Amino acid sequence: MTTTRTPDTLRRILDYSSRADPYPLYAELRRTPVARQEDGSYVVSTYRALMDLLHDPHLSSDVRNLSRPMEAAESRTTPPFINMDPPEHDRLRRMAMRHFGPPHTPGLVAGMEGDLTATVSGLIDGFAGREEIDIVDDFAYPFPVTVICHLLGVPREDEPRFRVWVNDIVDSIDYDPRTDPKEKLDKGVQARVDLHRYLGGLLEQRHGRPGGEDLLSRLANDDGPDGRMTDEEIVATANLLLIAGHETTVNLITNGMLTLLRHPQVLRRLRDEPDLVVPLVEELLRYEPPVHIIPWRAAYSDITVDGTVIPKGSQIMLMLASGSRDPDRFHDPDRFDPDRRDNQHLGFGSGIHLCFGGPLARLEAQIALTGLVRRLDHPRLAADPPPYRRSPVLRGPIHLNVQQGQGAQ
Amino acid sequence: MTSAENLQAFKRDGRIVVVGASLAGLRAAEALRTEGFTGSLTMIGDESGEPYDRPPLSKQVLTGWVPADGTTLPRRRDVDAEWLLGVPAGGLDLATNRVRLTDGREIPFDRVLISTGVRARPWFVESEAALEGVFVVRTREHAEGLQRALSAGPSRVLVIGAGFTGSEIASICRERDIPVTVAELAPAPLVGALGAMIGEVASDLQRAHGVDLRCGVKVTRLEGDAQGRFRRAHFDDGSTIDADVAVVALGGIRNTDWLTGSGLAAGPWGIACDTGCRALTLDGLVTDDVFAAGDVARCPNPVYEYRLISLEHWANAVEQAEIAAHNMVSGQADRWPHLSLPVFWSIQFGVNIKSVGVPTFADEVVVAQGSVADRRFVAAYGYQGRVTAAVSFNNAKWLDHYRQLIETAAPFPPPCPTPDQPADMKPVPVDFPGPQLLAQGATVVVTGHDPGERRVTAAQQHHR
Ligand SMILES: Cc1cc2nc3c(=O)[nH]c(=O)nc-3n(C[C@H](O)[C@H](O)[C@H](O)COP(=O)(O)OP(=O)(O)OC[C@H]3O[C@@H](n4cnc5c(N)ncnc54)[C@H](O)[C@@H]3O)c2cc1C
Ligand code: HEM
Repeated sequence: MTTTRTPDTLRRILDYSSRADPYPLYAELRRTPVARQEDGSYVVSTYRALMDLLHDPHLSSDVRNLSRPMEAAESRTTPPFINMDPPEHDRLRRMAMRHFGPPHTPGLVAGMEGDLTATVSGLIDGFAGREEIDIVDDFAYPFPVTVICHLLGVPREDEPRFRVWVNDIVDSIDYDPRTDPKEKLDKGVQARVDLHRYLGGLLEQRHGRPGGEDLLSRLANDDGPDGRMTDEEIVATANLLLIAGHETTVNLITNGMLTLLRHPQVLRRLRDEPDLVVPLVEELLRYEPPVHIIPWRAAYSDITVDGTVIPKGSQIMLMLASGSRDPDRFHDPDRFDPDRRDNQHLGFGSGIHLCFGGPLARLEAQIALTGLVRRLDHPRLAADPPPYRRSPVLRGPIHLNVQQGQGAQ
Repeated sequence: MTSAENLQAFKRDGRIVVVGASLAGLRAAEALRTEGFTGSLTMIGDESGEPYDRPPLSKQVLTGWVPADGTTLPRRRDVDAEWLLGVPAGGLDLATNRVRLTDGREIPFDRVLISTGVRARPWFVESEAALEGVFVVRTREHAEGLQRALSAGPSRVLVIGAGFTGSEIASICRERDIPVTVAELAPAPLVGALGAMIGEVASDLQRAHGVDLRCGVKVTRLEGDAQGRFRRAHFDDGSTIDADVAVVALGGIRNTDWLTGSGLAAGPWGIACDTGCRALTLDGLVTDDVFAAGDVARCPNPVYEYRLISLEHWANAVEQAEIAAHNMVSGQADRWPHLSLPVFWSIQFGVNIKSVGVPTFADEVVVAQGSVADRRFVAAYGYQGRVTAAVSFNNAKWLDHYRQLIETAAPFPPPCPTPDQPADMKPVPVDFPGPQLLAQGATVVVTGHDPGERRVTAAQQHHR
């Protein structure tokens, strides 16, 4: 069960130097599907073991069930439902979902298509006459942020304020006390407090004003079967959606453009066959997913997975991106194949915490990539690989410079 | 079919006949083509239209949300078959390999798939069953008639039998604000399938939604008026109830009558098969050219001590159809066994009920997760200390985990606590009503003495 190699493998994966291509290391990791680390935590890397665990009711998302409590960045604020277990998780997710999709609010996402297309067009209009574009700063970041702000009811012009907080929070997600300066954690904790206070202020203005279309207004004045969320719960939920609703989508769009530029024949096909974009985005979620790792889950009681017993209280790291490249599940997994069938990837997780924003994220990425390939003029990568963000968890390029136009060729 | 050459020739231009052109029949036909069968394919069905889906007939069709003719099954591919619809098969001759239609036509085959499913068990007094306002629900015509009757605003609907179909229909009545009485001989709804504990939950659910639920009673007579319209029902306790619509939901009868005399192990229990969906003869020997799939088939399942199990589940029909199709065009060494666990779902009174495994194969049951009071829970079923089934109410996301517990014969009750576990998790006896089939008497008799002479013959079938 225990190997001496895998702890090194994990450390190498987390190390920044492997950010551009962690996949060979994942293959190494999969030789021990459930690997105990020196510190007593477990790393899970095969598709089957991941699926089993994600559907196992003994797996907890509540930090309090870790026998060695982490210095969690959430400690000073109410946790969002992504860090809760049933029945509270189910109740809060249900209450939020009521305003976000079927059966209570069907057609919300589909109804946004026009707005999303217009936002994308507007951003691409701005590329006219420019020889070099940063897909991240000029496009993949502003697009989903505009969308999630609109949905939540957060003023777009406040973006410079919360961008700092969101960055600090995302940085602290994979805080490792052995290697990281304490400051990284402290910044995350403070950013959460600041973001909570900011969202609390917005919520304050919504009370007693039913009829507002944005999510904050709806949550503040909801009278569904589960009653109303407390203010703390609304703020925690809005906080979660704000972070989950843009960091990840930025990476999906950017990874998408990068992958297309590395596979020019697919890029050309996408221009001629617009419907290809649907399976193509699924394949991206498998092949270059925005979320590589669920950094921790807790064993609520002893869990047997793939013949290994994980003792109660253990910390478990779920290597989603490794599972989606598992050759025991996916034929020729390192090939980018938009025609792949039966593509049950782990890009959005699985089980009760399955991504809540999947339908929105898919639509955003589909519209974004369609717009880019249709309108960029002979796009080429300025550097391959591009520079990456530090995080091994939410992994993606920090900039993706693309040159366009015949002249530069 | 012994050699590979024969098999290739059969795949190229053999003759396959499918009897029963509904869910299992259609999916098998599609799978046969996908498997590369290019020979002739004949679909025999006694219903006249295109194959359609039945689950909506007691759900969306009765609310009026989906029209009765709007449940046509989506085609997965072109099947290029000859469709002989509107005439039932009346017999199967295995000496000459022919299916006989009731209009006298004879259809020869090299291999045959039987997927004739189940029909609704009719009300036991024919003249009462014929009253206007008395319904069963198995076909699209039935559902259309019942939906029309419900739209006419009946003063009350009587549902006889509180299994899944009866309970779903009662739920639709409440959704449409129609007063409804449910009569059930057992002590509670759904007990036959899920046992007493869930039965009690189902009782509460029905009553909370305003159903007039009467358990432990038997309907003895349906009374009509001078115009032949149903008006009143009589119970065995002497009471009566006035209603304009009666829905007889007393389960199904397997469509095997047409196989009498064929030499196959076919009877009220279905058609006995091996796990590869090959039918058995009356003697219990496996045949090579006769296959069965869907509601009519009765297959052994190794997880349940190889007992023969008949299921009336949508997913089972699809899976068996695919297995049967594969095996019909494969050599002995490449055959697949049908080993997946049964899954079933139902929607009633705002609750999504889902099950995995065989709940009747159990002696104890325990609420393993969630809360019965909130009607969000998973109940695990155990047989002699191992998990054999699970049922969820509004909690289906966990069932994959229980599937795995069943497949690995995990201990019952599940020993490890989960975050969302009831404080007083204690197994209770599962408590099913006695085995109903025993009441039907012998279906076969064994004759002969020497091993070379021993034979099984079908017993006279008593009609109830
Ligand atoms: C109202 C209703 C609700 C249901 N809801 C659910 C649900 O929620 N979940 C679930 O899992 N399952 C449900 N089911 C069960 C599911 O529909 C069946 O399991 C499925 O239809 C089985 O398909 P089949 O092809 O084996 O049989 P059938 O659908 O019964 O098809 C058999 C076909 O053979 C024809 N036939 C019979 N005898 C002959 C003959 N001698 N010659 C020619 N043709 C013949 C029949 O007319 C019929 O067309 C429901 C069923 C009903 C009726
Ligand atoms: C490409 C974009 C996205 C990816 C790859 C992604 C990925 C994921 C993953 C892997 C999880 C599971 C986490 C876990 O199990 O702990 C998750 C959960 C979640 N995501 Fe996303 N996400 C994306 C976009 C979005 C968007 C746009 C929103 C909101 C609008 C969103 C909201 C959420 C929420 C609320 C959860 C928690 C669900 C729960 O705990 O029940 N995500 N996401």
